[in-house]
Amino acid sequence: MFEYCVDPSVLEGLRWASCYLTTGKHFLFYWSFLTVLTLLAVTAPAALAFGFGGAMLARGPLPLSWLGKTYIMAVRGVPDIAFFLFFVIALDQGIEYLRHVVVCPGWEDPIRQGNDFIVCSDAKTPNNSAPQLYHDVYGFFLAVFTYAIVFGAFAANVLFGAMQAVPRAQIETAEAFGMSPRQAFWRITVPQMWVFALPGLSNLWMVLIKATPLLFLLGIEDIVYWARELGGTKQAKFTDYPHGDWRLWYFLFLLVFYLAFTKLSEAILNRVMARLTHGQGTLGGAV
Amino acid sequence: MSCAQTIMDYGLRAIGIGERLLPRSDFTLCQQFTLIGSGLIWNVYFAVMALAVGFFLANALAMGKASPRWWVRKPSEWFVLVFRGSPLFIQFFLAYFIFLRMKQAGVLPFLTVAQWGALVVLVLNTAAYSAEIFFGALKSVPKGEVEAAEAYGMTGWAKFRRIIWPTQMRLAWPAYTNEAIFLFHATTLVFFSGFPTWRQQGDALYYAQYFADKTFNPFVPYPILAFYFVVLTLLIIGLFGLMNRRLNRHLPQAARPKLRYRPQIIR
Repeated sequence: MFEYCVDPSVLEGLRWASCYLTTGKHFLFYWSFLTVLTLLAVTAPAALAFGFGGAMLARGPLPLSWLGKTYIMAVRGVPDIAFFLFFVIALDQGIEYLRHVVVCPGWEDPIRQGNDFIVCSDAKTPNNSAPQLYHDVYGFFLAVFTYAIVFGAFAANVLFGAMQAVPRAQIETAEAFGMSPRQAFWRITVPQMWVFALPGLSNLWMVLIKATPLLFLLGIEDIVYWARELGGTKQAKFTDYPHGDWRLWYFLFLLVFYLAFTKLSEAILNRVMARLTHGQGTLGGAV
Repeated sequence: MSCAQTIMDYGLRAIGIGERLLPRSDFTLCQQFTLIGSGLIWNVYFAVMALAVGFFLANALAMGKASPRWWVRKPSEWFVLVFRGSPLFIQFFLAYFIFLRMKQAGVLPFLTVAQWGALVVLVLNTAAYSAEIFFGALKSVPKGEVEAAEAYGMTGWAKFRRIIWPTQMRLAWPAYTNEAIFLFHATTLVFFSGFPTWRQQGDALYYAQYFADKTFNPFVPYPILAFYFVVLTLLIIGLFGLMNRRLNRHLPQAARPKLRYRPQIIR
């Protein structure tokens, strides 16, 4: 990075640190923070959409409402880390199986042969010959989808409660004005429910932030991966910057990062809540 | 091999009793049920021990947070903030590396073993979450009850022990039940963070993943795991429900708070 970094073995103190912290691998570490933030930015709206769909299903007519409620209950009753491990393989195999059926109709052999899952080579997703970037993006996409499914169930629960919390009189008024149930839902319930949903959703956001290190378990090169990688003991044979086991410090840094991030989110969400409750006839907004 | 034989061999595999070698091929449904169930021993162990110890620490922390003395209040607040504000996953890693250093220095070397070290982390973590629940409950103890106690001449410890604390527990119990469930679910993280498994003696999720990796078929082991967890979650709700009944036995039927399962997933 800097000119004086050419021969790291003669460097000392701060200069050594400045060179050490700007190696190529460290930049990958810094970029992985962006991966985590991207995941959050993509997952939050996706989970909200899943949650909205789930809540609408749960409010719908009978067979549909069972579907919605089963979705909510199934995901919430089981440790979500199990869901993460499950969905990534299940989605991967599901996608490959569907492509297999479409791309290779003449294939006779069974898909599951003993302990193997075999599809024709054209159906491999992404293709074996595809560049590394495709594999990375595909892995990230699977991770986002998994997060969206799991957190969608929690969002569905929150939104379902919020929709029920909109005062009944409001809906009746809408009906008195001649609105159809659909109109009443979109024009009255949906705009009003956010205030009731926000405490639950902000709690969910905090939990989502704290779930991001689990990306590591899905095989993404995220901050946990790089902290382990960079912090491990480095011998002088393999690197210009030998050091002992520094994983403790790297993880301490991650801990501080997460603390700061949750603190910041809390402050912002409090302001949003103050804005939304302004002028509402609730205890929080009566001031 | 019959299923009874499999249960004999692998039923206590997770705590090192029975067959050493895990099955390597031709996995039967019985083997999967047995091994995942035997891993569940560790999940129950972590959950029960952490809750038992964490309960007392949480009470101390909640009292600390309510203390008028800043040198008691501030450390309690910081403790709760750090453990609630950061992911449990990172806490496991960090704790493991700290314990590793301590081992090198010769202090408490047994803490690098998951069964001790991870337990310490879980105790501290659940204490922080429960302390927040108990503190909230302490703040909502009705003023009238406390004033009535003072009118009877109760002060200090007697007032806390006989009036405030029972009401505090009663108010906190539904939320504490949920905390117990999250903690039980969080025990699955132990062997997926820094702590290594010893002789493949892992928890339920460890064995579920073992099978999913070997058979490349996630549709059998994970639903088995889910089944076990749903059953045990219902058991927790049942047990805590009994305590809830006891705590609220003086109230009229209709006024008794119901336990509602509102899980919050990982921390």
